[in-house]
Amino acid sequence: MLAYYFIIAAALSGLLFFSREKKLHHILIVLFNVLQWGITVYECVHFRSEELGYFTADAAALLLLIVLSILTTTSSYHSVGYLKHHPSSSRVKAIYYSAFSILVMAQTGVFLSSHIALTWAFVEITTFAATILIFHERTEYAIEAAWKYLFVCSIAITFAFIGILFLSISAQEAGTVDLSYRSLIHHAGLFNPFWLKLAFLFILVGFSAKMGLFPMHTVCIDAHTVAPPPISAFISTTLMNVGFIAIFRMYSVIASTSIAPWANHVLIIAGALSVFVATIYLLRVNHFKRMSAYSSLENMGIVAIGLGVGGIGYYAAFLHIIFHSFTKASVFYQIQQVHRIYKSYMIRDTGGYFKYYTPGAIVILFVFICITAMPPSGMFISEFMIFRAMFSSHYIWLLIPILILLTMAIWALGKNFFRLIFLPPVNFDDSHIEKISPVESLSQYILLGLVIYLGLNPPAVFVSLINEAIINLPH
Amino acid sequence: MVHFQILKLIYFQIDNMINVLLITFTMSLIYMSIANRMSSYIKILAFQGLLLFGVSFIELNEINTLNLVFVLLETIIVKVFTVPIFLNYIIKRNRMTREVEPYLPNFISLVIVTTIIISTFFLSNTINDHHLNKIYFIVALSTLLTGLYIIITRGKIITHVMGFLVIENGVFILSLAVGNEMPMLVNTGILLDFFVCVLILGIFVNKLGDVFKEPDVDKLSQLRD
Repeated sequence: MLAYYFIIAAALSGLLFFSREKKLHHILIVLFNVLQWGITVYECVHFRSEELGYFTADAAALLLLIVLSILTTTSSYHSVGYLKHHPSSSRVKAIYYSAFSILVMAQTGVFLSSHIALTWAFVEITTFAATILIFHERTEYAIEAAWKYLFVCSIAITFAFIGILFLSISAQEAGTVDLSYRSLIHHAGLFNPFWLKLAFLFILVGFSAKMGLFPMHTVCIDAHTVAPPPISAFISTTLMNVGFIAIFRMYSVIASTSIAPWANHVLIIAGALSVFVATIYLLRVNHFKRMSAYSSLENMGIVAIGLGVGGIGYYAAFLHIIFHSFTKASVFYQIQQVHRIYKSYMIRDTGGYFKYYTPGAIVILFVFICITAMPPSGMFISEFMIFRAMFSSHYIWLLIPILILLTMAIWALGKNFFRLIFLPPVNFDDSHIEKISPVESLSQYILLGLVIYLGLNPPAVFVSLINEAIINLPH
Repeated sequence: MVHFQILKLIYFQIDNMINVLLITFTMSLIYMSIANRMSSYIKILAFQGLLLFGVSFIELNEINTLNLVFVLLETIIVKVFTVPIFLNYIIKRNRMTREVEPYLPNFISLVIVTTIIISTFFLSNTINDHHLNKIYFIVALSTLLTGLYIIITRGKIITHVMGFLVIENGVFILSLAVGNEMPMLVNTGILLDFFVCVLILGIFVNKLGDVFKEPDVDKLSQLRD
């Protein structure tokens, strides 16, 4: 069934590439969404089954696959709206839809693959698809961001490949040649620790360009600033999940070996530096999408810290990454509407949003509550768990600076969001504002409602899935 | 008895041959650090491809023949012919200046690249691992670091791409070190080579040449806070 999925997805993508009719684009994109939900339901039903020898639907894959499918549907819906209001040639639109479907297909491949080299190959495909999408608007900023993204991600993926080579060198000691995750976890205790450390370091640095963690986060920031908003929503959530699952699977390989304390330290350093860099830049940012990109960097830093401190931090890291996906997507979708009213993404050009588009302003209010992790947001629960884990693992000397930095970040986000909603705009001619129907904000209400619902009252199957995803980590 | 002596001699020659090829490869890196013209860089890249063809021919004798033929064809066709021809075409089409304009003087580049090679030599002596052939590790690591150095200290986009190709050669050497036990990794490395060359060279440098008249990396700094 998975083979059929890949073949049909590639065929749909090819058809999208060659078609020039708007109606045909819409029909094909709807078909693609049906296919995506079909494979998700299939993997839910065939939980823990193995396909084609290299793909397994384990708990982590399933959780992130469901998130991917929800965000594919909402991003497709908002893409249609975006392309309607930003006219471009139908060839460019065809390339957009085609690259979008390849991106979704490659991400599904990453989540489901159970062999480290296959994960690596699919991540490389996502880099190319994402570059085409970032380049969509064809301005000078777009070409600069797209080139930087492609180049630095290629170097990062080469680093990750070197990490895989070091991993295979260390595996030679145990006499195994199988690099699937199950075999790696099983034999990791016998690997040569020196090469294993180098392997973990290179893989972390390599995939940090995808996840947006400290060493190579800069290209993600530029990319999320320049890409079209529905694509920014997609790549700053699910693509970061792709980086997360690659790093997470490598971490579960080494979690029971002797280098686990060292690896924890590396993750905590990377996470703390990410939060630090993000907060510094958040204080002086003046572009809405860039602000959201730095906020993503900060949240990924928190997730890395959660993964490093252990204990309840593992559960909280997964929770945080799922909630962050939904919240950040809502931010970017709403920024799309903001742009339609003010024709600009700069914060100083906006204001009085409450008067011009009230449903959107309420979304921004809820988004602010959710993203700064205030109750009743689900992110409050995950961040609180991470702080608790840091406290109980005697990391309080790190906890206090992180709390101070997060407070500064809340101030920066609040300053910008409230300026958008409440303060009167400067130099803004409000005689020709576009009327936007409230239906277009419905997706964001649903996503934010999911965050609150899953945070306050998580269904038992959700909790058990996360618990099974972290089963390989030491408790 | 005589057969045994002859076999020992042959294996010694083969081992020697690999050492000669890899040392020549390292010397080409040193030459790359002081080269002044773009065409020199391209010729060195082609020469390195040829050396890698020789090394993979001699080293990979335990994998099956089809795989070996695929690896050899890739090395010759992509590294020695396609990439240099493509790079020449791009330089002519965009009418770029034929000079490499480094940020540091050539003598300092030479000193730094030599220091890189010597320090990787000392570094590998601290790793006593009998599974890894030391010379592969030294050459691969110094190629990697030299490639990174070329990216950092040269100011044109096309020289960034050339530095990236040098890094890829280094990764290829490292994958040859484990290539006998895991031929799949060598194939994956070649896939990386292929994809990157086709996509970065084919699509993006052409697009960049259309938009920017003089592709200087200094112009690519508009996106800032």
